[in-house]
Amino acid sequence: MTIFDIMGPVMVGPSSSHTAGAVRIGRMARRLLGSQPVRADILLHGSFAATGAGHGTDRAIVAGLLGMAPDDERIPSSLWLAEGAGMAVTIRNGEIPGAHPNTALLAVTNTEERTLTVSASSLGGGRIRVNAIDGLEAAFSSQLPTLIIRNEDRPGMLSEVTRMLSDSGANIAAVQLYRDRRGGLAVMVIECDEPLPPALRATLSALDGVVRCTYIDMEEG
Amino acid sequence: MAFDSVSALLEAAKDAGSLWRAVLADDCRDRGVPESESLERMEALWRAMVRSAADYDPRRRSASGLSGGQAAKVSALETPLCGAYMQRVIAAALAVAEQNACMGRIVAAPTAGASGVLPAVLLPLQEREALSDEAMVRCLYTAAGFGQVIAARASISGAEGGCQAEIGSASAMAAAALVQAKNGAPEQMAAACAMALQNVMGLVCDPVAGLVEEPCVKRNVMGAVNAMACADMALAGVGSAIPCDEVIDAMGAVGRLMPASLRETGQGGLAAAPAARAIGERTRRAGAEG
Repeated sequence: MTIFDIMGPVMVGPSSSHTAGAVRIGRMARRLLGSQPVRADILLHGSFAATGAGHGTDRAIVAGLLGMAPDDERIPSSLWLAEGAGMAVTIRNGEIPGAHPNTALLAVTNTEERTLTVSASSLGGGRIRVNAIDGLEAAFSSQLPTLIIRNEDRPGMLSEVTRMLSDSGANIAAVQLYRDRRGGLAVMVIECDEPLPPALRATLSALDGVVRCTYIDMEEG
Repeated sequence: MAFDSVSALLEAAKDAGSLWRAVLADDCRDRGVPESESLERMEALWRAMVRSAADYDPRRRSASGLSGGQAAKVSALETPLCGAYMQRVIAAALAVAEQNACMGRIVAAPTAGASGVLPAVLLPLQEREALSDEAMVRCLYTAAGFGQVIAARASISGAEGGCQAEIGSASAMAAAALVQAKNGAPEQMAAACAMALQNVMGLVCDPVAGLVEEPCVKRNVMGAVNAMACADMALAGVGSAIPCDEVIDAMGAVGRLMPASLRETGQGGLAAAPAARAIGERTRRAGAEG
């Protein structure tokens, strides 16, 4: 823990978990979708549902979807700004069985009518964790540069990807693998020590069997 | 490597010539950055703290309607029992804590809920004694150094250790920072930190309706006033019979003994009062409608 985990961050209140963390959840969904959504359906669970209105959790998530950072003073007016930006938003409370108390489930749709669902939790102090993407388990916190690769579940995919990473000199900090069923759709979450060059990301995206490759390097969080 | 004991912090202060310099040097080592980077970052936090109080708008209200306008009321009091200077400290603590409750921009120090304590004691002091921004940045390094030890040995989170870990930690950090502002010795900073924590030992985190408003906004005032009293005691030579590290450990142990209902769950303490339950019902309904 550095001294700047004690002093700071500069943020819009009132709560690092229910406000700052919620902004980060929205930003994460935006990054995973690859663009600003035109529609966002937000489900709040647990403490997010019980105290979200008072903590501005709804506005914070929408602010993140609009690309704002946790210290953006426009966060309180994000619902109006979303309207102006052509983003249709619905927010409701609900139960997600077994989820962390501060969890949100977001379904975000882009201009091409592609919808992505993201489940994420706010763990305290503004830190967040993604739990699932499109219903597939995928736990990561994005404190390191992270690759999220969705691919067909077949032999050799992982070694192909890790070989390309090692060829480029990237050091892998952690790898997680998930799949819905044998031979179905799989997710690789690969956290690296250093940012990855854009060329490598493009090559990985073009790899046979890769459905989608998303890269998250949230310097600011 | 971050400091994990006040005694190590005091040792490092001897070598570095001052405690804030030891914290600065450690940060540069820890993150592999030059001094200029660390100093610029801390200066930016100080500027943000100044703004968090300066931007206070007494007309603003929180989503629940529980917070807003309180600092202005205290400022308008004509003959404050505490005197004019303490009146400003109290008003500043309320102003920043209300800013936080009303979705304004603040500096978490160490948390958003306790963000009023440090600016409340430092801003009026800078004005009264015409201290430079550099002097205030030295205070923030001092506060951060003690805060780091508290986080390592106990906790700075209300959900983990109750309000003693949140407002209590902010108050202890502020007390040490005030001793730095008055050019006191590192041992006096440790004593101020220890006494401030002693005074809030056992304080529970019991936010009404689960919101960072009641009693949190007013506990920022308590944290600031406590910090000033403890800094004055330390500067006068009053010490703590229990070493600072042992006080921090005791606070951590008390936090671990606290039931979950008293650790930011909005279940026990004040949050369990009938009036608090009614407020909770009201804010939930408003949320469902909005």
